[in-house]
Amino acid sequence: MRRFGSFVQKEFYHIFRDWRTLLILIGMPVAQILLFGYAITNEIQEAEIVIIDHSKTPESREISSRILESEYFRQSNQMVSEADLETLFRRGKIKQAVIIPANFARDFNTMGRANLQVIADASDPNTANITYNYTSSIVQQFTVEKTDVFSIPYRIRVFPVMMYNPELKGVFLFVPGTISVILMLISAMMTSISITREKELGTMEILLATPMAPVQIIVAKVIPYLFLALFNAFGVLVLGYFVFKVPIEGSLALLLGETALFVTTALSLGIFISSRTNSQQVALMASLMGLMLPTILLSGFIFPIENMPVVLQVISNIVPAKWFIVIIKGIMIKGQGIEYFWKETLVLVGFTLLFVVLSIKSFKLRLS
Amino acid sequence: MIEVKNISKSYAGISAIKDITFTVEKGKLFGFIGPDGAGKTTLIRILTTLLLPDKGEARVGDLDVVDDFKKLRKSIGYMPGRFSLYEDLSVKENLSLFAAIFGTTIEKNYHLIEDIYKQIEPFRNRRAGALSGGMKQKLALSCAMIHAPEVIFLDEPTTGVDPVSRKEFWQMLRKLKDAGITILVSTPYMDEAALCDEVALIQDGDVLQIDSPQDIIESYGNMLFSIPGHVGFELIDRLRKADGVQNAYLFGEEIRMVFKETIEQDSVQHIVQSVGVPGELIRPVTPTVEDCFIQLMQKQE
Amino acid sequence: MSKQDSIWVEDLTKRFGSFTAVDSISFQVDPGEVFGFLGANGAGKSTAMKMLCGLLQPTSGIGEVAGFNIRKESEKIKKKIGYMSQKFSLYNDLTIAENIQFYAGIYGLKSREIREKSRLLLDQIELNTKADTYVGSLPLGWKQKIAFGVAMIHNPEIIFLDEPTGGVDPLTRRNFWEMIRQAAYQGTTVFVTTHYMDEAEYCDRISMMVDGRIEGLGSPADLKGEFESKNMDEVFLKLARAT
Repeated sequence: MRRFGSFVQKEFYHIFRDWRTLLILIGMPVAQILLFGYAITNEIQEAEIVIIDHSKTPESREISSRILESEYFRQSNQMVSEADLETLFRRGKIKQAVIIPANFARDFNTMGRANLQVIADASDPNTANITYNYTSSIVQQFTVEKTDVFSIPYRIRVFPVMMYNPELKGVFLFVPGTISVILMLISAMMTSISITREKELGTMEILLATPMAPVQIIVAKVIPYLFLALFNAFGVLVLGYFVFKVPIEGSLALLLGETALFVTTALSLGIFISSRTNSQQVALMASLMGLMLPTILLSGFIFPIENMPVVLQVISNIVPAKWFIVIIKGIMIKGQGIEYFWKETLVLVGFTLLFVVLSIKSFKLRLS
Repeated sequence: MIEVKNISKSYAGISAIKDITFTVEKGKLFGFIGPDGAGKTTLIRILTTLLLPDKGEARVGDLDVVDDFKKLRKSIGYMPGRFSLYEDLSVKENLSLFAAIFGTTIEKNYHLIEDIYKQIEPFRNRRAGALSGGMKQKLALSCAMIHAPEVIFLDEPTTGVDPVSRKEFWQMLRKLKDAGITILVSTPYMDEAALCDEVALIQDGDVLQIDSPQDIIESYGNMLFSIPGHVGFELIDRLRKADGVQNAYLFGEEIRMVFKETIEQDSVQHIVQSVGVPGELIRPVTPTVEDCFIQLMQKQE
Repeated sequence: MSKQDSIWVEDLTKRFGSFTAVDSISFQVDPGEVFGFLGANGAGKSTAMKMLCGLLQPTSGIGEVAGFNIRKESEKIKKKIGYMSQKFSLYNDLTIAENIQFYAGIYGLKSREIREKSRLLLDQIELNTKADTYVGSLPLGWKQKIAFGVAMIHNPEIIFLDEPTGGVDPLTRRNFWEMIRQAAYQGTTVFVTTHYMDEAEYCDRISMMVDGRIEGLGSPADLKGEFESKNMDEVFLKLARAT
């Protein structure tokens, strides 16, 4: 046990003494999340919208001006009817349309409840979701102010119509996406590099000539990266939650558990790569081309899988991050429990076992 | 202590060692002498369980290098050809790590490495990467000895190291030998053969000769004469063609001549002068291991 | 610093940050001389040689190689010298003939000259029948001989050899030194680094480098006399003890 402990300690020395790499490993997730996060929020400043007011009453005008006075929205110059909306959206002239029905004021005053429709361009799901949320919170504010303490509360229902992407696929994907990219990077790439480095330096040769069992060597090398990966995943979650208000609807414990599972998958992939390569450079290329790019491009992180050609959709099934993103999105955004994604979880477990078995089979007890 | 029987190994159809057999007795300092590509590293790697032989068998102690590799890895010390310690760890950290890997402590076996380690102990907090060549070697030897192995394998420990460190290193090996440890060391330097109890001269995977250095020199067989001083390069060709001369070659400042048959100095002088080379300073010389090696190589061809 | 010197340097120094690799060395080499640069790995031999070849700018000091200033005229120097290093010289994935052709082309030889030179060189190293063999499959000793021939292909005034005999068998080593002596006999100046102390004996004069400084300079016989030693190894041991 002391043997193993010393070895783990040595791995930590390696990591902490190569402070440049460490800085990149810790700084990159932060930079990435800030980049994605701000790229999105900036777009929502002064988004161009149109309001079609069929009601033309003081109430409807008040709602209109409240929406337009907010920092988020700006009235488009276009004077439009509903028939023109489609064209405007297609041309990208507006991000959102608010339609106030003709009976809005009457319903509001007589029944205390009224309806309002919001149409958003959900081909950019993040923006659509955020503009919708802003609009409905402004309307919410309006009803609260109108309600006095003793009467029945007013209610205005805001009906969203998400054009082009009714299920809002891709909402807040930048947090789950970044997490999976970061975890892949640290776990798979760094482990594969750190193991091949020992081969390249010749230290693996000396280790093999000692009573240290190969499994011990591998596990000891992997442990520090497990910690580092989990630390980073946690950091991304915290940043997403506090800076960008990305919700965590579901169970935090479940989220961390699934994250740990994905880290293990990535680590086993890293070990697998290192068991098949002898140089850091090859390991780096294999990790970048074989893992990073698919994780970014084919996992649904940036491009919705549903919109891909069938071939790519099929290929995306072998990208572990695809399954992880489904899981993490389920927990964070939809607040789902394990019953909704046990299949995806099993897929990840399967991947892990597969890579572990393959690595054990191809790990060499000797030099060749 | 080490028994090698008919070991062969080839890589991708090219044989690295061909049917090698030898034994090393307990407590001996055995040298593997040969140029790069002779098969020294391959053989050491087979004996340290890092490579599988294609044919033949080998035992270290009573353990088979293939079947008992796990046990064997506990009882041998190995210092590979390239400096293979962690350059980003300090001297002390490297040593502690290897002690821990073998389930021992520095304190427990300190007496074994004391002579070697105390020379680098003042730098124990320095990163291994910042040590000089000679100090790196001492650290590597300390790490290979920390678990008190009965036998150690050293692959070209002195290559590229300055003569002072080389000399010190051989002194350390003698001391370890005196402490009863069996040592198998490889080197490309012919002059280091004299420092071993017994040597195997190898070339292209073949053993040319196995013997003590003295016996190797005694078995040279031919007569060797030397013309000292820079006599001029152009004369070599003439000497080569002279009567009874088997070979002539540059040896540093000298020209050396090999005669197949026993021959008197006077006759040699006569032969040399007959091709127009001043022969007053000519004298017989004792061959070196290098001369023997070259002769053996030429016999093979 | 007479006009005829093939190489002369004065107070040549190279620092990398706070580390002084070459510490104020001075020497001169006559035409046709075999000048040996001895020292352990890391003593500063290769750094000094790179400065002479115009591959590295000195931190301070002056010098000339083949009559050209090593600071300002490195392009002219490169035309006058041949260079061979142990680590890299030939392309393993080209044949012997292709390697020769490539290097001859670099030095601007005409195609007729190239054909002639190739034939001569292949004759000299007795590899005529192997001209179309890939260099990668040859034994180290042969590679070194070809590399030497290639470095000499443009008849350089001075040839620089960086550890040319590292790791080769003793027979090849002797043949190699014979090639070197022959080149010197024909008038080429030879500047050679080695860490084999016994090879010093093949040189006309040698300099012994320890930690970037020249600690001994002279003919092998002179040095052995000066330090009362039997061989160069002993000279080095005494020298190192003195510093």
